[in-house]
This record gives sequence, structure tokens and C-alpha cells, in this order.
Amino acid sequence: MSLKSKLESGKFAITCEVGPLKGTDITEVEENATLLRDKVDAANITDQQSSVMRLGSLITAYIVLQKGLEPIYQCVCRDRNRIALQSDLLSAWVLGIKNVLSITGDLPQLGDHPEAKPVYDLDSVTLLRAIKGLNDGHDMNGNELRGKPDFYAGAVVKVDSDTDASMELQIAKLEKKVAAGAKFIQTQAVYSADSFARFMKRIEKLNVPVLAGVIPLKSAGMAKYMNRSVSGVMVPDDLIQKMTDAEDKKATGIKLCADLIKQLKPLCQGVHIMAIGWEKNVPQIIQEAGL
Amino acid sequence: MILSEQKPLEDILGYLEGEKTVFILGCNGCAQSSGSGGPVQVEEMKKKLEEAGFTVTGTKVIDFLCEKALVKSGLRGKIDQVAAADSILVMTCGIGVQAVAASVNKVCHPACNTINLGGSRGEWQGSERCNECGQCLLDYTGGICPLTACTKSLVSGACGGASEGKCEISPDHDCGWELIYNRLKAKNQLDKLSALIDALDHNKLMARPEMLDTSRYALEQSDQEVG
Repeated sequence: MSLKSKLESGKFAITCEVGPLKGTDITEVEENATLLRDKVDAANITDQQSSVMRLGSLITAYIVLQKGLEPIYQCVCRDRNRIALQSDLLSAWVLGIKNVLSITGDLPQLGDHPEAKPVYDLDSVTLLRAIKGLNDGHDMNGNELRGKPDFYAGAVVKVDSDTDASMELQIAKLEKKVAAGAKFIQTQAVYSADSFARFMKRIEKLNVPVLAGVIPLKSAGMAKYMNRSVSGVMVPDDLIQKMTDAEDKKATGIKLCADLIKQLKPLCQGVHIMAIGWEKNVPQIIQEAGL
Repeated sequence: MILSEQKPLEDILGYLEGEKTVFILGCNGCAQSSGSGGPVQVEEMKKKLEEAGFTVTGTKVIDFLCEKALVKSGLRGKIDQVAAADSILVMTCGIGVQAVAASVNKVCHPACNTINLGGSRGEWQGSERCNECGQCLLDYTGGICPLTACTKSLVSGACGGASEGKCEISPDHDCGWELIYNRLKAKNQLDKLSALIDALDHNKLMARPEMLDTSRYALEQSDQEVG
């Protein structure tokens, strides 16, 4: 069953990430796709994540699809103008890619080519409007397409903010994303079911399926690093303590993640597991979470 | 010298929708020489707005609206007229609109677009910046420019990168959209956050050919209408 059918029929969906690596070796991508294809509904193919140059998300989405795993083609607005973005979207559809995730993208200064010119010709909202236009059979300037796609478009949101302004801005922008054609939402990693429940209450009226983002902890150091450096990630002290005390860090990280998924499941329509190098542990997380 | 031109009247009337009273502010600096916001244009605008059914509570032309000290001292004798208005229509460049919006606790509408001069910049002391985009968005953003205040120049709202109100690029740089949010909130305009803004027209962000081979002096002295 496709991600779209699953979410539209109200079933709990599972997505994860497959990140292209730097270089032409696709062995690991193929291994992960084969391993995950029967475990998850779809996998996000990250697009030059953290502004680090890698193999492209379009071709990687195609490779993953060939291996029998449904891809969610991530599209960032940092590197391509509206001509290239629309063209790549048409190419994606021709290759059989049906899901797309619209993202603004980190600044180039955060990655390994800080001298690069940032594009941002479109942003996550105007890109969603462009996708909707393509689905309707025309480009951004109203020119008719010969053959049109039917993308299932998604967007992202940050659940936990450290200022009121940031929180309100996230919700205002999420409303725009839905108005612009986003049909599903994946969130930044959450670590508190209480805070997630408050967020879901706030966006109740939007009536859009939400997949809660989770990142399994590998160590206490990783948690502290994310708290310091990743906007919107707030790992509570008690979880950090549990990781510090754990003898088997891997088993504990997987268990904490599975426990969190159990708490989040009644609050939302799916879970998005961002394993960050731990893709091979995703099946175990899913199993322990009872999904 | 910064070059600006008036927005179409229908755009300005759109910004003023739902309001009844307005104070008009012009600039005796670049906007006067651009023919977009000097004493003559302020008087013309007053007549147009009155014909459209608005009450103009007062007008004032200040030497340099980009200079916040001059804005404040220039409005000193006009406080009652400004207070009586629903908003201020600011007839000058993007820097002037932002300087007025930062100085006066009133909704400030831009009446002009600032035209790209291909690298030539005016000189002023404030922190406001204008990219001369030729499609002024300050009406939607509380008089803070999203193109210059946001490092990604996002028109649709904040990205997810800010931490404690600071941009992901540096802990010393404010998130432009959080500044915009706080300004809109202070001016009771949070509904503006829901406006769906079109992607920018990058043609207008580039200097027109005639701007690239015209001296600043010639532009200032020109009798020709801008554009």
C-alpha cells in the first residue's frame, strides 16, 4: 500500500530516511533499501542534507524505488531556481517517484561549500504552490504541460521552539504550507510526548496527517550536541541521564526510541524515524515499538 | 541617491483597505528628486486618497526619512495628527519606510518601490537595509524587510533554523522573521502573517539597462519620469 493510500485510509504510517553519501558508491543505499523495503511505508531521500554536497536525491530516489522501497523525494530550495526545481520534479514523476517533500534548506555556510551562492528563488511554501500547479497541468507561469504529474506533496515543521515568536511563526507557516498544497507533515525530532500533544492540539483544525519525527540517541554526547546545535531539538535531562548510565548504549537508545514511539502513536498519524547512520537498526526500533 | 517610484494607486488602496484615516509622510531627500515622495507628490496623494473616501489627518515632508532622529523631530509638531490616523502612508524608499516603522508605533504602508541602481547605494546611519527589489513587501512584514533581515530572503515566513531568536548563520544575528513577528504583534497586525506572497520577480531585482550606464548625477537631475 502506498504512503498516500495508507495516510488517506487513516492507517498509521512509518517512514525513515535514506541519505545519499558523498561519491558514486551506492552499495550502502542499495543495502538499506533492501533491508527497509518491507519494514517501512516510505523513505525520505535527503537532498544535500546540512548543505553538504553528495549524490543527488533524485537519482537516489530512483535507485531506492528500483529496490522496491517507496521514496519521498526531498527537494530543497537552496540549490536550484524555479526552472531547475520544476524540471527535476517533472523528471522525478517520469521516473516513477510519487512523493515529494518541500524544504527551504539550511544555509550553505553550514555545510562543506560555505562559499556557494544560496539560491532560495523559491521557498518551502512557494515550491508547494509550484508543485500544485504542476499537478494541475501548468508551470508557475501558467504554461500548459503536455502530460502532468500527480505528486503527493509533504512539508516539515518544528514542534519545539525556544521563543514564542518562533512557535507562532512555525504554526503560521504550517498553515500556509497546507493552504499551498501540503498533504502530509513530517516533524523535526521530538523527545517529549507532552510537548508533542500540545502542538497537535494547536494544529488540530488543519486536519492534515502528521508523522512525528524521532531520532534514536546513540550516546549522551549526541543528545547534548543536538540540544546545543540543532534548532528545535530538545532532549530532556532524564533521557540524557539514562544514556549516560546505560551499559549497552545501543540497546538503550533503541529502547528509549521505541518507548517514545509508543507514547506518540495515539497522538498522530505516523512516525518518521531519522536514524542518522543507524538505518540498519530501524527494523528493531519498529519491532520494539510494537508497530 | 536612492531611486524610487510610486506603486500603482490600486496597490496602495489595497494596503489601506479597512482603514478610514491616514497620515501621509513624504521625504525631501531622494524621494523628492525621484519624483515619488516630495511635497508635490504628497499633495497629489492627499487629493487622490480624499477622492477615494479617506480622511487625511495630516501630511509632513521631512528632509531625510532614512534618518530616524529627523523622523522623530520632524513629527514632533504633528503628534495629534499621527495619533488620529489609522496608519501612515510613507512615500519614500525601502530604507525610509523601515526607519519610520521602527520609529513610530503605527502601521506604516509603503507607497513606493525602490529601484535597483546596480550597486550604487545611498548613505545613511541606520541599520535598515533595502535590496531595491522593485516589489516592496514592507506592507506585509511590519515595515521590516524580509529580503534583507532574513539571511535566506524568505518571503513566506521563518525557516526552522533559528535558536533563541538568532539566525542559524550566527548567534549574533537576529532572526529577521522573529523581528517581523514581534513588530506585527506590537502593531496588532498578526493577520498579515497568513498572506500568501508570490515568489519574487528576479527581473526587478536586477538593474534596468539604463541604470547601468547612467550617472548618479544624471539620474538626480533628470526631468524624466522614473521607469
